[in-house]
Amino acid sequence: MAAKPLNGAQIIIECLKREGVDTVFGYPGGNVIPIFDAILDSDIKLVLTRHEQGATHAADGYARVTGKTGVVLVTSGPGATNTLTGIYTAYMDSIPLVVLTGQTVTGVLGTDAFQESDISGMSFASVKHSYLVKNSNDLPRVIKEAFYIAHSGRHGPVLIDLPKDIGMAPCNAPFVDSVDLPGYKIPGKADQEAVEQAAATIRKSKKPLVLAGHGAAISGASRAVKELAEKLGSPVSSTMLGLGVFPASHELSLGMTGMHGAVAANKAIHECDLLISIGSRFDDRITAKLSEFAKQCEVVHIDIDPAEYGKIIKPRHFLCGDAKAVLEQLLPLVEKLDSAAWLKTVDSWKKKYPFQYPKQGGLRVQHVIQTLYEVTNGKAIVAADVGQHQMWTAQFFKCDYPGQLLNSGGAGTMGFGFPASIGAALGNKTGFPVCAVLGDGGFQMTLCELATARNNNLPIKIFVMDNHFLGMVRQWQDLFYDKRYSGVLMENNPDFVKLAKAYDIEAFCISRNADAKRAVERAMEINDGPVLVHCVCEQEDNVFPMIPPGASIDDILIERPKAIVEKPTGGT
Amino acid sequence: MSANIFPAHSISILVSNKPGALVRIALVFSRRGYNIDSLVVSPTIDNSVSRMNIIARGNPETLAQIIQQLEKLVDVIQAKDHTRQNVVEKELALLKIRCKTEERTELLQLCDHFKGITIDMTENSMIIQVTGNSEKIEAMLSICRKFEIVEFVRTGKIIMMRGESKT
Repeated sequence: MAAKPLNGAQIIIECLKREGVDTVFGYPGGNVIPIFDAILDSDIKLVLTRHEQGATHAADGYARVTGKTGVVLVTSGPGATNTLTGIYTAYMDSIPLVVLTGQTVTGVLGTDAFQESDISGMSFASVKHSYLVKNSNDLPRVIKEAFYIAHSGRHGPVLIDLPKDIGMAPCNAPFVDSVDLPGYKIPGKADQEAVEQAAATIRKSKKPLVLAGHGAAISGASRAVKELAEKLGSPVSSTMLGLGVFPASHELSLGMTGMHGAVAANKAIHECDLLISIGSRFDDRITAKLSEFAKQCEVVHIDIDPAEYGKIIKPRHFLCGDAKAVLEQLLPLVEKLDSAAWLKTVDSWKKKYPFQYPKQGGLRVQHVIQTLYEVTNGKAIVAADVGQHQMWTAQFFKCDYPGQLLNSGGAGTMGFGFPASIGAALGNKTGFPVCAVLGDGGFQMTLCELATARNNNLPIKIFVMDNHFLGMVRQWQDLFYDKRYSGVLMENNPDFVKLAKAYDIEAFCISRNADAKRAVERAMEINDGPVLVHCVCEQEDNVFPMIPPGASIDDILIERPKAIVEKPTGGT
Repeated sequence: MSANIFPAHSISILVSNKPGALVRIALVFSRRGYNIDSLVVSPTIDNSVSRMNIIARGNPETLAQIIQQLEKLVDVIQAKDHTRQNVVEKELALLKIRCKTEERTELLQLCDHFKGITIDMTENSMIIQVTGNSEKIEAMLSICRKFEIVEFVRTGKIIMMRGESKT
């Protein structure tokens, strides 16, 4: 070995290449200069964002569309703390990320050195795992483990804190191909006996319902879910993150369930005699009032995370394993159910209560999304931000493929949508156009990434749904707080068209329903870079249906209630 | 304070010796409002693995969730709730008592009754070591309150399954 050993930074980059990383989202700073130096000599694409939060959401969006692990590289101190919201967002939605943070040199750790932050300490509660590397020879092992942990079992973010001297020190340790983690178990197949018992319960059902969650999408279980539903003759509802796992256009599809979900999907959960949940964790958005949720039915809960057992509800059967693997175990054991009458009932709800919106008045967010759906024929990837427009996207952009909608589900992170669309556009191999459907509030939280979209010539179709309000909070104040609007008016919004143009991004504005079709078509024709459509919308539109928080599914509001509604008892 | 209305649970954890493991474990408890009464970390016969014995109070339903969440931590090899199981539970306490020569006999008798030993003695003070289950240590402490207790320290409970089954 006459050759000079690689330094830590070079080893890090080599390890990333070995993990199949082709894109890194990052922002430099003093303590990561060695790694930014090493990345120059590799063919890894470095996407320089304009803020570390944007880098993290972009890596998240990249992970959601590619199925690969998103990689973030930022500096110490504020660079690291700026990733926390993105890490938490990924953690809540089980998104695989590896976040590399610079750190001050090992010799001064703990002395409040310049740009030193205890990012491990700050992030413990929202990472799947984390490392502080104190010896350059640990790098190959740590990076191998980090990628393995992020992308196995229930996916999640892993943070690696890298003191600057580790990057500069020589590393003599060999690369590793396997991991040794005695405490880390990955469920694969479920216990066969438990599967057989669940199958016996399923065979007795006359009113079955499948609930497809994000876990089904992550596991690639779409085909198995469809096979199960068709074999049983069972309707299928989805969580927001599960949309697309089962084709919305399928006759057995009931669409999204939960707080702003379809009436049919919610009624079905309330009246089925069997609920087969595939990769959903029974979030409070889904269950509404827990004491009245799924009381009348047997529950088969399929989840890869053993800690989900009994966390929210006690299922009759818990099948712990990868959704696809478990469904493949289950499929041969079940048969067509006597569900004809049930399907008829469910279908009547579906026909009676479609998602709808008023056609009169000014431009409606719903109309823009409906038009986007029609013009793209449903073949688009849509990253939404958080709020009313997000719910309308989930309602009116009907997905036939998993991974079409990118949403911050568990965290509800405003500012997520736009940078996530950047990551999606960079990772997109589907040929579908990538759209960002954003509110005027959330967009302004991360709009600095317009520069990133422009720099990389990403053909993202950005729709800013501008109602001059933080619409979802305004809706709550409208319905439950006597219309006492507090802190929700977005006064002095910028001229979004001029703003985009300042970034050299094409942009135009619409304010009438009649202009929506032409606007969406025009946006689809611009493919050499981003385009922004400023949609000046109805200011005080509300999202329905709505199950007020803390209320039961029976209390679903189809339209604006005539009487004043009591303040909800549930959480946000 | 409200946590005290709940019974104490005895939890035993095997954990890889990695920095941060203790914080990760403590967060699983604190996030759910569980009070930790005592926590003992000690080496095992395997150098790479430590044993933690945790005594904690809180809602029993939450405890099942805590055990599951502990098991989920990458560094945790196993986590078990041994409450009401057939286990040996022991702790050790040291009491430093200020006592004059004329009080010594009574204190030594007490010490003898609790099978304690004196491990330090000066003209005016004595350190008594007592081992056993928590109730015994409480009883010893309670009786010794008639003397002037200068200091009191206890190790926290360690537990081990009886017979051949593993903790």
